[in-house]
Amino acid sequence: MTQLVVSVEGLGLRFGDRELLRDLTFELERGEFLAVLGPNGAGKTSLLRILLGQLAPTAGRVVLDRSRIGYVPQQRVFDRDLPLRGRDLVRFGLDGNRWGVGRLPPADRRRIDDVIASVGASALADAPLGRLSGGEQQRLRVAQALISEPGLLLADEPLLSLDLAYQQVIVSLLDERRHSAGTPVVFVTHDVNPILNAVDRVLYLGPDGWAIGAVDDVLNTETLSRLYGIEVDVLRVRGRVVVVGTPDAEHVHHVH
Amino acid sequence: MFTTLLGEHFVHTALLAGAVVAIVSGAIGVFVVMRGLSFAVHAISELGFTGATGALVLGLSPVVGMIGGSLAVGAALGVLSLRGRERDSAIGAVLAFGLGLGVLFLSLYQGYATAATNILFGSIVGVDDAQLVALAGVAALVLVALAIVYRPLYFAAIDPEVAAARGVPVRGLSVAIFLLVALTTAEAIQVVGVLLVLTLVITPAAAAQRLTVRPGLTVLLSIGIALVSTEGGILLSLAKDWPTSFFISAISFAFYAAARLRSFLAGT
Repeated sequence: MTQLVVSVEGLGLRFGDRELLRDLTFELERGEFLAVLGPNGAGKTSLLRILLGQLAPTAGRVVLDRSRIGYVPQQRVFDRDLPLRGRDLVRFGLDGNRWGVGRLPPADRRRIDDVIASVGASALADAPLGRLSGGEQQRLRVAQALISEPGLLLADEPLLSLDLAYQQVIVSLLDERRHSAGTPVVFVTHDVNPILNAVDRVLYLGPDGWAIGAVDDVLNTETLSRLYGIEVDVLRVRGRVVVVGTPDAEHVHHVH
Repeated sequence: MFTTLLGEHFVHTALLAGAVVAIVSGAIGVFVVMRGLSFAVHAISELGFTGATGALVLGLSPVVGMIGGSLAVGAALGVLSLRGRERDSAIGAVLAFGLGLGVLFLSLYQGYATAATNILFGSIVGVDDAQLVALAGVAALVLVALAIVYRPLYFAAIDPEVAAARGVPVRGLSVAIFLLVALTTAEAIQVVGVLLVLTLVITPAAAAQRLTVRPGLTVLLSIGIALVSTEGGILLSLAKDWPTSFFISAISFAFYAAARLRSFLAGT
């Protein structure tokens, strides 16, 4: 079961004087669930774009098969008047990359219905996509990524604007996919708590470096203080991970 | 008078030419509207005017010049793949200079002024058999190309990032759509003229997308509205001696207004 799907070696990314990634090295095995955490602007989305081949790193190399990537991009609301239904968006995951005009075989139609049902969106299948809420669109995007039978899943903040119940639906669907088909998941998120039960390893991209490892090996006071270069506290409260003292979490202090 | 005209060969040619152009304009229009390329179409069309007047000065066929001008601008816009405001202002700047050139060419041209008027306002009833064959050939080329790229083109128009992740050649398709739009524009100019191209390439698609959310049906409705507008316009201009282009634009706008009214009444 130690089959490598992604190999990242000495990856560096720099925009002018700003260094986002430095000497980043990690590997991803079949069926692995990797959470990518870090403050805004740390390079989480850039890392995904490098994996997708849409952004060239300034150093290092990335080895992976890009032919079967399921991608859930960061939420971008669709135009209100788009001539497209929910099911059409999901269908793109099935045959959107194929040439020609084709009618959908009944078997594929059923697959689309099934995957839409699995994200709890059956009632949205025939609704105009542009009129759906951000969370509803997000669920359909996950369905689109799943129906493509991906060999690698890349998700950028897929839980944004989902309520707790649907967060759990999405996480368990991704979790199921990696167990049943061995599809590794790279899950970019600002909050590790909704995926604590699924995640194998955490990659934390901090202002002063990065760390990768099991949840407790990375999300601890010592490691995060090193990555931020300042005193940061990591607490476990009722099973949840709470990080206090990071510069982009100022609002946490105001709550006190 | 009207019924005798219906028996005339030139009227049949005009109706056929109108149908050909309507089908291809209606189909491509859906992608133009979805990608927000209305202004680009207008620019491609006006630069077609520059190409046509340039060709007249050189003693060449204005149609060849027009297709050349449209394709040149279409290719440039596709390759540069500008976005948002940058694209908007770049198109504006190029469009203005192109029109300036067109004005110069027109003043240098010593021939009949009707040639220029026809380019600007269309001359559907002046289409001859050879022109009809050329129109049909180009239309067939555009429709076949569109059918081949249909699914990836739709995908890329809606969701370029994910389409790229799935291996869709987003950049190449962007160039392709501009070239197809340029060819379609050159077709539409011959029916409704440079100034009214949008009435066939934008209005039917804009109306269709308010009537349905099904992608395939949107394309068919857009083609249908373009067809009814064009054929209706030609027939009305036979009954009453007003410009064909006026009738075509009036019918397609009526569809658009009705579609907007419908969505307004439906509260969407």
